[in-house]
Amino acid sequence: MYRFEYHRAKDIGDAVARRQAAEDGLYLAGGMTMVPTLRQRLASPSDLIDLAGIAALKGLEEADGSLRIGAMETHADVAASALVRDRIPALSGLAGGIGDPQVRNRGTLGGSVANADPAADYPAAVLGLGATIHTDRRTIAADDFFCGLFETALEDDELITAISFPVPKRAAYRKFKNPVSRYAIVGVFVADFGDYVRLAVTGAAASIFRLPEMEAALAGEFTAAAIKQITVEAAEMNRDLHAGTGYRAHLVGVMARRAVEAANG
Amino acid sequence: MAVQISLQINGRTVEAEVQPNLLLVDFLRQEQRLTGTHVGCDTAQCGACTIHLDGRAVKSCAILTVQADGARITTIEGLASGAELHPMQRAFHRHHGLQCGFCTPGMVMAGVSIAENHGTPDPAVIRAELEGNLCRCTGYHNIVKAIAAGAREMAGRS
Ligand SMILES: Cc1cc2nc3c(=O)[nH]c(=O)nc-3n(C[C@H](O)[C@H](O)[C@H](O)COP(=O)(O)OP(=O)(O)OC[C@H]3O[C@@H](n4cnc5c(N)ncnc54)[C@H](O)[C@@H]3O)c2cc1C
Ligand code: FES
Ligand code: FES
Repeated sequence: MYRFEYHRAKDIGDAVARRQAAEDGLYLAGGMTMVPTLRQRLASPSDLIDLAGIAALKGLEEADGSLRIGAMETHADVAASALVRDRIPALSGLAGGIGDPQVRNRGTLGGSVANADPAADYPAAVLGLGATIHTDRRTIAADDFFCGLFETALEDDELITAISFPVPKRAAYRKFKNPVSRYAIVGVFVADFGDYVRLAVTGAAASIFRLPEMEAALAGEFTAAAIKQITVEAAEMNRDLHAGTGYRAHLVGVMARRAVEAANG
Repeated sequence: MAVQISLQINGRTVEAEVQPNLLLVDFLRQEQRLTGTHVGCDTAQCGACTIHLDGRAVKSCAILTVQADGARITTIEGLASGAELHPMQRAFHRHHGLQCGFCTPGMVMAGVSIAENHGTPDPAVIRAELEGNLCRCTGYHNIVKAIAAGAREMAGRS
């Protein structure tokens, strides 16, 4: 691991100020991506600004038909929250299915969403529910947030403070997981809000995406049969040792139908 | 620049000055000479380095020592009371839950956590909760049996 300076931020303002003062600083949440990345020398920040001590980045509450979850809430705490389980069980299940228990005890909502790994689970809920990302300086709609492979709309020094997830009528997340890492080979989050439906796909392409054709069909009739004939273009899918493009395109349909069936529970 | 930290390890208060890029597992093994915690991978996937940090199972190879400032840590060395093994350690012994033993410290620490969170879980829950711990020898059957038995014994005691 290369050398770097370490700062423990007191509050949001302190974190952003230290990040701006650093030559090439990065925020540190649970470290579940950051520390393995540092170990492999894939990153060489001059400074790490630890967010763990900032009370304002914690918390889980319901307001205006949304669940607002602090950026530093761990996957384990979101999965264990009775409020989340009651209002958006699909989100609770998604958080409880990330990685393994040890990773869930450290990994955070903000870290996962800021990282925008193309195979990560949380982005599927953020886009699938049409969440709002709160930062130290503005709010960003989910549709404007994910810009490509590990790319987001965040500015270099911008800090995610919380994410608000609108509470749907029904929703579900289904992933075909990599058996080693548990990341999604393909994952689909579907949410029915009554007058409209949102459906987001993770793992399949360079960045998470919605499928408007499926959303329209499901808004007409929220059944697996309604989307049975809808296929996605294999050429745009990822290809790696786990799955080729054609198989991934096929899995998108399968996971979408399973998610709809689960939401209809 | 080195950072001053203070933490509790197996009930003992430890003050130290550490470099920011020192992994917690290396601090425990090399500076505290607590070599029971193992390192089995480079990717935070094998779980051999599992310890308890503020009562939660975590992978100490994916945590910087400076992140543990103020924390309460238990390692495999902290489970037994004197010569008397912890019920989970006894269960691994009795049910032959190990072969080479390399994964065992992490398995036992994960097992204690599973028992604390789930009481006396059935084998399916134990297997799901062991997703973060790999064993190259046993095929897991006896590990699952040992954790089930250890959990029962822990429940009976409390
Ligand atoms: C073995 C293993 C298995 C995993 N399996 C899965 C899986 O199945 N599914 C899945 O989705 N994920 C998986 N993960 C990733 C995990 O979900 C972590 O939550 C994720 O890597 C982010 O980690 P973190 O929250 O600790 O953030 P860190 O690693 O600390 O930070 C990640 C990045 O986000 C930035 N950042 C952190 N917080 C903020 C913030 N508030 N504002 C702005 N930027 C911020 C950091 O600067 C850094 O660039 C796995 C990880 C491991 C090690
Ligand atoms: S050494 Fe920590 S998970 Fe493998
Ligand atoms: S007993 Fe050898 S790795 Fe598990």
